[in-house]
Amino acid sequence: MKRQKLIANIVRLSLYALVAAFFIWAIANSYFDYIFTQQGTFLILLRQHIVLVVVSSLLAILIAVPAGILVTRPKFRKAEWIFSNIANLGQTIPSLAVLALMISLLGIGFKTAVFALFIYSILPIFRNTVAGIDTIDENMIDAAKGMGMKPYQILFRIELPNSAYSILAGIRTAVVLNIGTAALAYVIGAGGLGVWIFTGINLFDNGFLISGAIPVTLLAILADYLLRKLEYVVVPEGARRTGKIED
Amino acid sequence: MISFKHVTKAYNEENIAVNDVDFTVEQGKIVVLLGPSGCGKTTLLRMVNRLESITDGEIIINGENSMDLDAIELRRKIGYVIQSNGLFPNMTIEENVMLVPDLLGWSKKEKRERFTYLMKLSGLDPEEYGKRFPYQLSGGQQQRIGVVRALAADPPVMLMDEPFGALDPIIREKIQDEFLQIQREVKKTILFVSHDIDEAIKMADKIVLLRDGEIMQFDTPSEMLAHPKNEFVSQFFGKDRAIKSLSLHTVKDLQGIIGLGEVDDSIQDTKTINVHQDLRNTLSMLMNQEADQVIVTDDEGERIGSITIDLVQKYLHFEIKGKLSVSQEG
Repeated sequence: MKRQKLIANIVRLSLYALVAAFFIWAIANSYFDYIFTQQGTFLILLRQHIVLVVVSSLLAILIAVPAGILVTRPKFRKAEWIFSNIANLGQTIPSLAVLALMISLLGIGFKTAVFALFIYSILPIFRNTVAGIDTIDENMIDAAKGMGMKPYQILFRIELPNSAYSILAGIRTAVVLNIGTAALAYVIGAGGLGVWIFTGINLFDNGFLISGAIPVTLLAILADYLLRKLEYVVVPEGARRTGKIED
Repeated sequence: MISFKHVTKAYNEENIAVNDVDFTVEQGKIVVLLGPSGCGKTTLLRMVNRLESITDGEIIINGENSMDLDAIELRRKIGYVIQSNGLFPNMTIEENVMLVPDLLGWSKKEKRERFTYLMKLSGLDPEEYGKRFPYQLSGGQQQRIGVVRALAADPPVMLMDEPFGALDPIIREKIQDEFLQIQREVKKTILFVSHDIDEAIKMADKIVLLRDGEIMQFDTPSEMLAHPKNEFVSQFFGKDRAIKSLSLHTVKDLQGIIGLGEVDDSIQDTKTINVHQDLRNTLSMLMNQEADQVIVTDDEGERIGSITIDLVQKYLHFEIKGKLSVSQEG
């Protein structure tokens, strides 16, 4: 155990050192300057990026969570494979291809980007919702029924609280992926921090590249952190533990 | 009271789970449904609160046909305990226990009082356990809470599906004793599923022995042990059923019928046994010591006589063979 811990610590410290070295190198070469010299543009791009992610993620949650709940109802159990396959399909197509396909349907711009990101976010949320509800002990549901709980009471008081951990984990995965993927929105003229990243690539300008890429990374880390904090608010204490065992 | 009237459950023509079952659980009594796995005992139990449908016949609960009631309301009036306790991990113990009262719309004060009463009844500190979550309790404690939860809204009828089946033998026996203690106070009408013969003998006022969905015998435990109706019943209880039946009788019963022996003061180091101890334990005590007698004491600790293996055997002969010859003649 001690040796394992030592190795873990060495790996962690060297990672920190790498990150620190990177920042020192970037700052020394004033690669972050664009964020400050073109602050107005930066804030616009950042806002675009966040709006893309928030709108598409919210849409995905609004569709995928109810869909996951629906297919776990006894009546719709048999239809689960249809929904799963549709959601799988959305995921298997490369994100660039989804964007390209959507252009032919919706044209270019914000709407198309949101739609593509939305399709891309559905699967992890849907999958985790179904998995979360499926892993609930059947005996527990049986006890709930036998005690005279109505189906909606079982859903809201038993099934959802006990699968909240899993559902939130799906949302977290989707949002973090989404933040990275949203950089591609530039390709179809929907803005976002991808604008600077792609400019940097096209012009071989590390300054633009890093000024665009680092905020995207930080955004993803921040979203992950905030959603983890949300877990503590949303997931009941007793269910948090069972959720973690299954995780 | 729960009455089964010619109850049948068939999935299709060949697959009959329960066939023409007819018996009654009297008010305040425990009836144990006993039988090998697949005999339909759990199905029968679940038909009472309509988790399983009834193909034919009817179940009357306290004068009302179960099919005439709304399934949800019916279930809220019936306590339900299952083997794997079925506690909800997202709720505290208090929320778990007070779930049915909550569904029934009890006030906060009523719920609080009932919770305190029930926890004290089962020997658990309401303050200490109320705010805990199920995972913070041991298996035995969880099962106790499962039973307490079924009692929450004070239902007249309780269904218990192998409630103690998942516990280890020592804890199981302790919780069985505690439950019988509680039952003496609350006097519920209980239908209890078990596959454990010893448990059935211990808990039951009457046993329903089932095979392939049909009743083999419906009798008190002592009758069933003494006079099995057919080959299946006698085989099910086994060759040692006479010994098993001893756990139904106490030293006091023996004293009443054939009397105790005298205390032989010349024997050193004999053990003593309380007069209310059951004869099965007495017998094993006799087998496990050098001297051939055990001193019997009353509740005050006074020596009132002695008991030997011979006396136990005589009693067994009288109780089981005696009744047998009577019933055969009759």
